[in-house]
Amino acid sequence: MASIKMRAKTAEGVTTIKALISHPMDTGLMKNKKTGKVIPAHFIQEVVCEHNGKAVMTAHWGPAISKNPYLSFRFKGGNAGDTVKLSWVDNKGESDSSETTIS
Amino acid sequence: MAISAGLLTPRMVLAAWPKGAFEAKTVDEAVNGLFGSTTLTGSDQIKIKAPDIAENGAVVPISVTTDIADAQSISVIAEKNSTPLAASFALGAGAEGFVSTRIKMGKTGSVIAVVKSGDKLYSTGKEVKVTIGGCGG
Repeated sequence: MASIKMRAKTAEGVTTIKALISHPMDTGLMKNKKTGKVIPAHFIQEVVCEHNGKAVMTAHWGPAISKNPYLSFRFKGGNAGDTVKLSWVDNKGESDSSETTIS
Repeated sequence: MAISAGLLTPRMVLAAWPKGAFEAKTVDEAVNGLFGSTTLTGSDQIKIKAPDIAENGAVVPISVTTDIADAQSISVIAEKNSTPLAASFALGAGAEGFVSTRIKMGKTGSVIAVVKSGDKLYSTGKEVKVTIGGCGG
């Protein structure tokens, strides 16, 4: 699945990750305008970023994170050529992950 | 949608999703749900970058930077949302005190960032005016 677009760049000893995830992040508060039925909550709850097999960032999200979430964070270290992996799990138990190489 | 078994391999302790905190209806309850405490110390070592006026409450870009030593987590709270807690980021070894994302804001109010370091909770807030609310309805 290709829900994650990610860039990992290192400069002066710090690696910056920027990711864009395709996900509806439905709050469960909206109604389908045609049917009048509530659109059930469907949002990412956990995001984990690993570098060389170690988690550098773990996030817990609620439905207030915008649709198609954007995320950026930084960590010390990381050399060009290293692998960074980003994974997410949502409230329905669906998940996806993606790896990228630090440039 | 891909379901990856073994996605959450054991490494950093991944606490269960803090349901109580995310369903809390007040800032105090959300902070208490996350940390078991409501004692927040104001800090000027936390900077929130957010628009003064958000045209679209469904997508409000927020960045939080902190140089508080040994920051373990950064949490983002939208004070006036029906459930204020938007996100909590746990910083692993080597992670810098910086997160950037986009949140929904139902109406004008403060975005509050809480940084945990050791046993203390530090916070700061920034008022964001919302012209069109972003939580639905």
